[in-house]
This record gives sequence, structure tokens and C-alpha cells, in this order.
Amino acid sequence: MTRDSVLITLAGQPNCGKSTVFNALTGASQHVANYPGVTVEKMAGRYNYDGLKVEVVDLPGTYSLTSYSLEERVTRGFLLAEKPSIVVNVVDAANLTRNLYLTLQLLEMEIPLVVDLNMMDVAHRRGIRIDPEKLARHLGASVVQTAIKTGRGKEALLSAISRAGRSSSAHQTMRIDYGPMEPFIREITARLISDAPEAADYPVRWLAVKIMEGDAEALKYIRGKLTNPNSFLEFAAKKRQDFESQFEELPTRYMAYRRYAHAESIGKACVVTKTGNRRPMSDKVDQVVCNRFLGPMILVGVLYLLYYLSIVQGYNLTNYTWPLLAKIRNITAALAPSPGFIEIPLLRAFSLWFVDSINALLNYIPIFFILFSLIAILEDSGYMPRMAFILDRLFSKFGLHGSSTLPMVLGGIYVGGCAVPAVMSTKGIPDERSRLATILIIPLLNCLAKVPLYILLINIYFVGHKGMAMFFISTISLLMVLPIAKILTLTVLKKKPTAPFIMEMPPYHLPTFRGVLGRAVERVRLFVRKIITIVAAVAVVIFVLLQFPGLGHERKAYYAGQKERTVSAFYSKIQGTPYAEQLQGENLMKLVLYYDEYKSKKMGVKGKEASRALNREFQERNPGFFKIVKPGRDKIAKKVNRAFKRLFKARKKLLREIRKEKIDNSFLGRVGRFLVPVTQYVGFDWKVNVALLSAFAAKESSVATLGALYDQGETGAGTLEERMHEGETGFTSLHALALMLFMVLYPPCIATAIMVKIQSGSIRWMLFSMVYPMCLGILVATLVFSGGSALGLSGTEAMVAFFGLSLGTTVLMGFVRKSPDLN
Amino acid sequence: MTLDQMKPGNECRIKRLMIHDQLGQRLLDMGVYPGLTLKVIRNAPLEDPMEVCLGGFFVSLRHDEAKYVEVSLS
Ligand SMILES: Nc1nc2c(ncn2[C@@H]2O[C@H](COP(=O)(O)OP(=O)(O)OP(=O)(O)O)[C@@H](O)[C@H]2O)c(=O)[nH]1
Ligand SMILES: [Mg+2]
Repeated sequence: MTRDSVLITLAGQPNCGKSTVFNALTGASQHVANYPGVTVEKMAGRYNYDGLKVEVVDLPGTYSLTSYSLEERVTRGFLLAEKPSIVVNVVDAANLTRNLYLTLQLLEMEIPLVVDLNMMDVAHRRGIRIDPEKLARHLGASVVQTAIKTGRGKEALLSAISRAGRSSSAHQTMRIDYGPMEPFIREITARLISDAPEAADYPVRWLAVKIMEGDAEALKYIRGKLTNPNSFLEFAAKKRQDFESQFEELPTRYMAYRRYAHAESIGKACVVTKTGNRRPMSDKVDQVVCNRFLGPMILVGVLYLLYYLSIVQGYNLTNYTWPLLAKIRNITAALAPSPGFIEIPLLRAFSLWFVDSINALLNYIPIFFILFSLIAILEDSGYMPRMAFILDRLFSKFGLHGSSTLPMVLGGIYVGGCAVPAVMSTKGIPDERSRLATILIIPLLNCLAKVPLYILLINIYFVGHKGMAMFFISTISLLMVLPIAKILTLTVLKKKPTAPFIMEMPPYHLPTFRGVLGRAVERVRLFVRKIITIVAAVAVVIFVLLQFPGLGHERKAYYAGQKERTVSAFYSKIQGTPYAEQLQGENLMKLVLYYDEYKSKKMGVKGKEASRALNREFQERNPGFFKIVKPGRDKIAKKVNRAFKRLFKARKKLLREIRKEKIDNSFLGRVGRFLVPVTQYVGFDWKVNVALLSAFAAKESSVATLGALYDQGETGAGTLEERMHEGETGFTSLHALALMLFMVLYPPCIATAIMVKIQSGSIRWMLFSMVYPMCLGILVATLVFSGGSALGLSGTEAMVAFFGLSLGTTVLMGFVRKSPDLN
Repeated sequence: MTLDQMKPGNECRIKRLMIHDQLGQRLLDMGVYPGLTLKVIRNAPLEDPMEVCLGGFFVSLRHDEAKYVEVSLS
């Protein structure tokens, strides 16, 4: 019988190159990285070869096939349930013996196997020669050699798969000789056949072996299959006990040792190692990179470089990309219905708001691109496990994990990170409890979007101590995050499973340019697609909350009256001039827009030449208007110009007042006022409340909203700093400190919250990640504000006191023993 | 003697795994089995964890985990 479509599965130990093989076969771009445990969910793809349709599934790497860990259960469950036609067992040729330990277990499951000896290039370099024919004979499976990263051997692999896929001949099964355990296995097999003939979904010898091991899943299966399982289970338990007392070894252990012995003997027969020196380069590098003194210094250097290149330089890069985004906004502004004298059409307001919200995020793309490229380099090189190695001691004291380093750096361990990629990168943390703890604390680190508010407040209220205040705010988040992580792991996360730390330290690889670039592009694309849609949706909601219910009839009439007065004042001023005729009716609004455009364009041009060209352009477009805008020596034109400028300013002021009143009156504004009875203890008035509420969508909004609320009109002169200072006489540095700390502990933005949901796999954790920082923020801000006021502390004094308190707590929490349960 | 007492540079032979739960299984599956010779490469800069070479590959583990591996100096 020949088949024309087959399902194949890639299985193998972690970091042996399964996903690279998957990508090579299917042309996909699955995540590949040089550390174990990269693939955590199964992935499917397909290809055609020689008329054979092949569906490929990439599985997480596992060292073994017990039912102890989740990945192993997933992998084994998939193999048993889906019964793939072929398993391609990817093997790290440079570590044959340990890899064969898994191969043997796969063979025991009696699935047709194609063994792919991958990483042949590495094995060659280390002087390891493998005899593939001999290996194939020993295993009873076909063996191909590949160095798939360079593309070598792909053809051979493809044809081996298609050969195995087309032949349906029962393949020969290899047996591991379990020696003195064999009689036990035979007895169980016999009993299985008589008691449960329908258990034949699974190979019977394999089932017997698993029952002898006391494998939880196998026993569960039996319980479900037999009508009266108890006598069978008792029988099996008795057999295990007999073995244990007879040979003084647990059956599981014994069987694992036998498998290793078998793997070793195959290795001895098929492998020739020429040199003893195993990985000279990697070892030399590690002597420096993991050195007691140099190691931490290099680590700090690498992290600093990561931060400097992506956050600092990436931010500089946005100076070049921003004009592009600004152009999009201008085009939108030109296409949208044009504004009236004081009436802004809703569609216009909405489209601009929408573009602004999206632009705020798109603006980060250069940063993300650099960041993702650098992470790809770190991942490919093999430095990540070293980072975990160096910092594990420190982090494990607080319930975190060595692998929490990268997510925390990305999140902004000092200043300026972004929680979205940070939460994304927690995938690599093998310990579930630490992983959740890391996910939950990342939003409390200093992401880029929090920084503008810090800078604003520090510039107003800590003028004399700017450096100190900046240092405080940069380090305080780390000091708060560590004890919080510890408390979380001791309380809500107590029941979550932890995992042993034991981790393979892979040899270093040189990252390839194409690999790094491809990965960065792919991740940016994913980020944009996932996040932008959400942010767009939220932008709509916030827009509605800020726009409605809008102004009442009375206020609208009032503003219409104001408009009338301003306009008629203008007309009476210019009466009798030749321009009066020209500016009747709609033409006045045209002039306003003309002037607006001229002014904004003028701001964009530099140099005399360009400015002259701009003048020429506007003169050609409307010579009459241009005369008013640029009157030169003409007396009458000058007079009209003065009157017009007054009108223009008056309009701006009216628009600003309307906007402010709208926000005051909006749903969000009402909520802000509603919260005042609570927030007074924290020191926030309704304006601050509104700013903080608007920060839910994106934290940058806090400063933007404050900007709108503190707009004092007039000529628009004066920075927000000055305006806020004048506008809030009751606001002291203590208020500012409370506000900054509240911002540190601010709940994650929507984009981050969605990422938390994806990575934690549950809405409950997402909600928790939003609620607990808020409670904590109110607590801390109240402590600082009410406590500070009661003690009569200034903002600076309270800052020092709070820093001391946090430092003390952190040190103390470091000494609290973690709960001893290692399971 | 147990593995956590070994110093960098020590070579030893694994005698026994003294733990039977998940950690024991994990050690076993990572290639820590009786009869194998291993070499302690280094301790991390903060002492913990440690890195050992097992035949052809390198593994890092915490001292808390290494204390369940009984070894004899060779
Ligand atoms: N030198 C060399 N490197 C390879 C080869 N195949 C894969 N790699 C590299 O090995 C590392 C691991 O590859 P992955 O494909 O992520 O391994 P995996 O088996 O999917 O790993 P997990 O998902 O963690 O189980 C990556 O850095 C690859 O670039 C090869 O044939 N030769
Ligand atoms: Mg993978």
C-alpha cells in the first residue's frame, strides 16, 4: 500500500535543532535559539516532496519521555494520540549517548523512526566520527546525517522521510534487554493481554515497561480501560515492590540505567572520537565570561550595551522616523473634513486622535527593531544560559530565576524599557512559579512611557535635587520589585509548580546575519499586528469617554456668541480697507486655514532658501491672502494683519477652552471627580486622576492629558512645567513624590495586559496583574503622602526615608527562606 | 561525599542518586547516572550554581540540587 499524505513529528532533546529542521523542511520561521526549551507549544507546517504531502509537527524538546514534566507529557501524549506515521528523531551528533537515551524510549513506543544526526558540523569540528550504517543496524531505523543550519543533508533527510512514509511495511522493533527485570515485564505483559485485550491502542511491551516504572499516566490509562482495575493494579504494585526488595533499586531507576548502558554500548560501537579536547573555543570563552570578576562586569557591560543601543540610540533614530509618521498625520488632517471656526467635526477629531494613538506606538518600531535584533544575537550566541548562571543566586533569593534577567532588563530594570517584549521573553523561564512572578513584576519596572511623567515632575518639584531624584526613581522600582516577587511566590504563587534549575550550557555559536535580521523582522511584524489592533480598539473607547457627553446647548450657544463677537470685532476693524470685500463669508475661514498651514509649514523649514521657496509657494497659491499674512511695508495691509492675528489668537483660545470644558464634562472627567474622596489621601486632585485614568491605554497619555488640562490659553507660551506650577499652587513635592511612586506601581497598559494573558495563559492572571499594582500603588502613595504630611517631611526628605525603607525591606526579604517544597 | 562538596577542577565518579522525586528524575534524564565520570568546571561568581561537565556536555545546577548526587573522587 502506498500513501500520498503522511503526518510526521519532530522529536528530540532540547536544543538539538528540531525547530531549525522544521523551518528547513516547511520554509516556516519558527523561533530558533541557542538555549534549551525554546519551543513550548507544538507547531504544525506542511510541504510536498516528490508527490508526497507531508504534514510536520514540531514538538518541545524533551530529555526523556516520563510523565514528570509538562513538555514530556505533551510530547508523549501527542505521539500516542495522533500516532504520526513517522517520527523524525533529531539527534545532536556531538552528544550521541545522551541523545540516544531518548531515541531508545521512542523506539520502545514502536513508532517508525527516522534518526536525523544533526549538528554534524559541530561533531566534525570536535573530531567525532559516527558510522551511520552501523548505527542504523543497531537501532533498526534509518539514519541520515545533517548540518541543517547550513542546509547540508536536507535532501537526504527529505528522501529518507518520503521513503519511510511510502513504505508501510511493519518495521522491525528493537528491544532493550532489561536483564533481571525481563521476567517481571513478561508477567505483566501476559496479565495485560488476558485482562485487557482492548488495551492494544498502545504497544503492549511498552505499556508493561511503563507499568513497571509506575508511570502515573500509564496507570491512569489502565484504570480507565479495565472494568475492575484494582486487582491488576495491585498485581503491578506487588511486582514493583518485589523487584525493589530483590534488587534494592527502584524499577524506574533501574530501567533508566539499563537504557543508558544500552545507549553507551551503541555509542561505543558506532562513534570514533579522535581528539579529547571537546569544545576548545567555548571553554576558553567561558573562562572569561563566567569568571568570578570579569563575568559580572561583562554581564553589566552587555546589558548596558543592550540598553544603550536599543533604548538610547533607537530613540535617537525615531528623530528620523517621526517625520514620516507626522506626514501620515498631515495627510489625514488634509483628507478629514476641515474645521470650522470653533466647531471641530467629530470625524476630524476622531481620525486625528486615532492616528495620534497609533503613531505613538509605531514610533517605537526603531527601538523594537534594534532590541529584537540584539536579543536574537544574544539568543543565537548562547550567552543567555550564562546570564542565568551568573545571576541565579541573586534572583533565586527573591523567588525569581536566573533566566528572569533578560525579561527584567527589557522591562526597564533601570530606566527605559518596554513591558511588552519583556513579558514576551519570559517564555524561556523553565520554572513556572518564577516565571509567573517575573510576569507579574515586569509592569512595575520603569518602561519608557513612564519616564515623561517622572521628568515633568522632577523638573518642577525637585529642581535642586534633579540628579538624586532621577537616581531614586530609577532604582526604586527594582528595590520594590524584588520583595514583591518574594511575597508573591510565598503567597498567591505558592501552589504553582517549581522546577529544578539544572540547565544545559550549550556551546557558543556564531550568530548569522540573516538569522538575526529575519528574526527581528518577524518579531516586529508580530508585535505590530498583535498590539496595534488592540491599541486601536482602546483608542476608540477612550475617545468616546473623553468626547461625550460633550457640551450642553447653553454652553454651545455661549461659545457661538463668543465667536460672533470676535468675528464682528474683526470686520469692524478692517472696514473700509480693500481687503474687507475679499474676506466676506467663507473666505475668512479659508484665510484662517491658509495661515494655519503656513505657520505649521514655516516651523518645519530650515534655512533662508527653503523659507523663500515656501513664501513663493504661498504667494502663488493666493496672492491676496499672502499680502495679509506678510504685509511688508504696506500700511493698510499691516493694519489688517494685526487685526487678523488678534482674531486668530482669540480663536485658538476659544478652541482650547472648549476642549478643556469638554474633558471636564466628559465621562472620564466625571470619574476623575468621583474618585477625589478616595484620592485625596494620596494627594491627587481630579485633574491628576483624569491623567492617570487616561494612562490606562498608554502611559504616555498621562503627560499629554495633563498638557490638555493645564492648558492656560493665552499665547500658548510657557512650558507645561510652568503652567502646572502656576495652575496647582496646592501641589507640593510630597504630592509629586506620591504621584511618581503611584506611576511606578501603575497597572500594565492594555498592550502589556494582553501579553500577560498570552504568556500566563489565563484571564485571571491578567486581571490580577492589573489589580494588585493598583492596590499596592494606593497603599504606597498613601503611606508616603499621608505619612509624610503627618511627619511634616518635604518631598526630598520623604524620598530618602522611603528609599531607606525599601532597601531595608529588600535586604530582609532576601533572608526569608523559601518554602522547602521542591515539587 | 556529595557533588555539592566538590571544588572546581575535581573529577569524580557518580555513585548514586539519593532523591527519588522530580529532581532525581530530571538529573537522571539530563545524563547524571551512576558510573559516569564528571568534572566540576566552576562555581558561578556568587558561588551558586555550579557548572559540571558530564561526558560531552556541560550542565549547571544549584548546590541544593547537587547535594543529592553521591560521588567518589577519582
Ligand atoms: N552548527 C549548527 N548549529 C545548528 C544546527 N542546527 C541547529 N543549530 C543551532 O542550534 C540552536 C538550537 O536550534 P533550535 O532549532 O532552536 O533547537 P530546538 O531543538 O528546536 O530547541 P528547543 O525548541 O529548545 O527544544 C540554534 O542556535 C540553531 O541555530 C546545525 O546543524 N549546525
Ligand atoms: Mg525548538
